[in-house]
Amino acid sequence: MDQLVTVLIAMLGGAIRVSTPFMFVALGETLTEKSGRINLGLEGNLVLGAMVAYATSYLTGSPWLGVLAAGSSGLVLGALHGYICKLPKVNDIAIGIAFMSFGTGLAFFFGKPFIQPSAPQLDAIHLGDWTGNPALAQALQVNPLFFVGIIVAIAMWWALKNTKWGLIVRMAGDSAASAKAMGVSVDLVRFLATAAGGFMAGIGGAFLSLSYPGIWSQGLSSGQGLMAVALVIFARWDPIRAIFAALLFGAAGAIGPSLQSIGITQGYYFFNAAPYILTLVILVLSAGSKASAREAPGELSITK
Amino acid sequence: MTAETADAILPAKRSSSVRVLKLAETVAIPVGAVVVSALLFSVFLLIIGKDPLQFWSLMWTGGFGSSFSIQNSLQRAAPLILTGLAFAIPARIGLTMIGGEGALVLGGFAAAAIAIPLVSNVVPPIVTLPLMAAAGMLAGGLWIGLVGWLRHYRGVNETISSLLLSYIAIAIMNFFVEGALRDPASANKPSTLPIGDTYRIGSIPGTDVHWGFAAGIVLAIALWVLMSRTTFGFAARMTGGNARAAKAQGLPVGWLMVICCIIAGACAGLAGFFEVAAIHGQANASLVAGYGFTGILVAFLARQNPLAVVPVAILFGAIAAAGGVIQRRMGLPDATVLVLQGMLFVVLLVSETFYGRFKFFQPASSGDRV
Repeated sequence: MDQLVTVLIAMLGGAIRVSTPFMFVALGETLTEKSGRINLGLEGNLVLGAMVAYATSYLTGSPWLGVLAAGSSGLVLGALHGYICKLPKVNDIAIGIAFMSFGTGLAFFFGKPFIQPSAPQLDAIHLGDWTGNPALAQALQVNPLFFVGIIVAIAMWWALKNTKWGLIVRMAGDSAASAKAMGVSVDLVRFLATAAGGFMAGIGGAFLSLSYPGIWSQGLSSGQGLMAVALVIFARWDPIRAIFAALLFGAAGAIGPSLQSIGITQGYYFFNAAPYILTLVILVLSAGSKASAREAPGELSITK
Repeated sequence: MTAETADAILPAKRSSSVRVLKLAETVAIPVGAVVVSALLFSVFLLIIGKDPLQFWSLMWTGGFGSSFSIQNSLQRAAPLILTGLAFAIPARIGLTMIGGEGALVLGGFAAAAIAIPLVSNVVPPIVTLPLMAAAGMLAGGLWIGLVGWLRHYRGVNETISSLLLSYIAIAIMNFFVEGALRDPASANKPSTLPIGDTYRIGSIPGTDVHWGFAAGIVLAIALWVLMSRTTFGFAARMTGGNARAAKAQGLPVGWLMVICCIIAGACAGLAGFFEVAAIHGQANASLVAGYGFTGILVAFLARQNPLAVVPVAILFGAIAAAGGVIQRRMGLPDATVLVLQGMLFVVLLVSETFYGRFKFFQPASSGDRV
């Protein structure tokens, strides 16, 4: 019983920690896909963002400057992606794969000198000290970026629904023809949405290297950026649902380490694979669903 | 895109001069992309304070400079031919399947796993090696076949599912290699039991290049024939051009997709078999060497043509072979090759936009082509 509580507390803390990068990438991708474009290359933004954040924090001593730099690096990659995709005959899915390898390559190339030294980390907010339970207190040390993500999600949900800009983005995603008829430049909207999505993914990377796991190494992200893209489909392009989906993914990712915390190491590799299997199962379930087909942006190549 | 596909499907209707121009265009644009990305990479080197001329001359000597380096390049090209085919075949039917890495790892693991009882019972290599190859191809084929099945019958995007399955495949190998099938003697690097020297697949006579290279060339030719000279290939390309029209014609679109994916997975699985039987002698984390991902780039540069995959794979084999020399001599990190490949990949995809844009390559009377 005690052990079960330990595992559950560890999973709660793990879900909050592991979900944050998912959240940022998924929110960025939601915005991009709402405008009718898919960016599969956010894994590259995530890894490059992690490296840039770590290097900036190490060199300047300010982790928040690192977060900003990571976002900027993601913005540059996103803007490049957005610009290239508007050229005729260019396949946005293939470009995503290319940017995945380009971003990762750049991060590994420039990140080599930063593998050893330790950079200043983002301070967590201690939410659980009042409980008097050390395990719970530790699980509730939440990084401020987690709350930033939630605020962004709510703001994005509200803005997509209620503002003129939100309407323009949704229109570009649902019907390019009617957006054009309204005098909206679809290419410009998608370019901005892709760049902004890249910025978000870069910040997700900053969380990886400056909070949890809080190091820079070449194996830092293994497909989290890609899983977040799948998560957007699962969340049916809704920023609020994306938060809950990210928490679910975070919990799945935390199973292995949580079991390890009470000494169960058997099947560690199986539990490591749990988030990938979960993503695949979710994709299978949500791809066939009518609700998903109804809510998908009409111009999106991935759902056609 | 559709105009091109129509041309590809109906080659007989085109006159020979149009054909020559078309071929010139499909060669000139990728070559141009390679040159442009080489220039961009030179600028990158200048910015970080390295000598581009030294880089390219080391690339040449490291890749093709001596018979040793040529053989090294060919050796590294072998898995790239197979993983390039693994991307190219589904691409012809319109699928962007990027799970070659996982199929390679799983194929290599299956080959090493089936070898354990065979080797311990001293089954002769002439029986063991084909069984290992079959196991590798079967494992890879079923794995990627699943991607095609999910795509057609469940509407799951094949790009995402294939990459997720790659991670799962690597986890499966790690699970067994660090658990049930671990060779107790492999302390630092958990591995399966080594197959032993007598079970190693040898080299092509007169060279140090293992048989995987020859197998890759044979498969490339066979798949080229399959895709461009048979009814199956015609149906597959038609599906790739317009799946809805193919369905309306009564083609079994779902099965075509699944079969193309099985072929792709079998190619990658065979690459895994050769990595185990010729290079490592056992399955371990060394199988995760990025061949699957480089194969995607190989196929793109070859414009999904199985025959063109061979020379492009040799080019990338040379880049990989020269990578070590460049690292040591110029003090560059090992990710240098990744940056070069990433740059080439992006430029190559951008170059797609130039098809049909150069007047030079267009036939004089192009009234019937939009």
